[in-house]
Amino acid sequence: MNLTLNGEAIITKTSTLAELLDEQGYGDAKVATAVNGTLAPASFRGATELTDGDAIEVVAPMQGG
Amino acid sequence: MPIQFYDQQVSSRFLIGTALYPSPSIMLDAIKASGSDIVTVSLRRESGKEQAGQNFWSYIKDTGARILPNTAGCKTVKEAVTTAHMAREIFETPWVKLEVIGEDDSLQPDVFGLIEAAKILTEEGFEVFPYTTEDLVVAEKLLAAGCEVLMPWGAPIGSGRGLNNVYGLRSLRAHFPKVPLIVDAGIGLPSHAAAAMELGYDAVLLNTAVAKAGDPVLMAKAFAMAIESGHLSYVADPIEKRDMAAPSTPVAGLPFWNQEHA
Repeated sequence: MNLTLNGEAIITKTSTLAELLDEQGYGDAKVATAVNGTLAPASFRGATELTDGDAIEVVAPMQGG
Repeated sequence: MPIQFYDQQVSSRFLIGTALYPSPSIMLDAIKASGSDIVTVSLRRESGKEQAGQNFWSYIKDTGARILPNTAGCKTVKEAVTTAHMAREIFETPWVKLEVIGEDDSLQPDVFGLIEAAKILTEEGFEVFPYTTEDLVVAEKLLAAGCEVLMPWGAPIGSGRGLNNVYGLRSLRAHFPKVPLIVDAGIGLPSHAAAAMELGYDAVLLNTAVAKAGDPVLMAKAFAMAIESGHLSYVADPIEKRDMAAPSTPVAGLPFWNQEHA
């Protein structure tokens, strides 16, 4: 399946958001996720099925003013 | 004298940003020197390999400061709203510093998008701190959208120009005497921050002026003193300006006084 992860094209065999995060090495990192511009809550990542062409955003706390 | 934002009381009137410091340890020392109870943070794309955000977060949570997440850099209502959703989940706070940027050179707010995003977010239970201009009509609409705090700019973000429109900021203060008002952005010097507080603003939010100073820790302290000083001055009710001199030393009993003095 072809996805976009944080703006970069990737190919994955995973089928849920939780599996994708695991595959991509996020582990227990404090991150928030969005699929196609909408929040995908942490508690639903296991149930969030990915579809070919989805755009995934994974964000974390960062310096800000 | 504590200040209240939504239902939270804080004692410091200085809100400080966490970006652009020379190192994490200088950032932490500057936050400490500022005495701030509230720090602004952001969200950025995290790489599974580098996980830079995890390090940053471990520093910030140790400060014990209240977190005000921003939507910096968002240019559309949808981006800002989704970023706010992600911030609420990650920082576990209903607070959001709402930025919808309308123009790249000035980074000035897209006030139309700002009002629309504020309405969506307040209906969802967010406590919105909108980064806005000093425009009275926009302010009215933000309050009608459910905002209980307003954050007009002093000058464009990072410009260090101080208060570009003192008249406008004074009008905003006079128009909304009870609404907590925070000057956010454009401050360069402690005297700018003191001037904002002397206008009766409730607090000042700044980042670059401290983080990019030669000695950020010393500058954080300088700003803390200026903000406190400006606030005390406002409360103390300063004298009016006058055109001509008025002697401060009593004239009565002046030695050598004669009719020529009259």
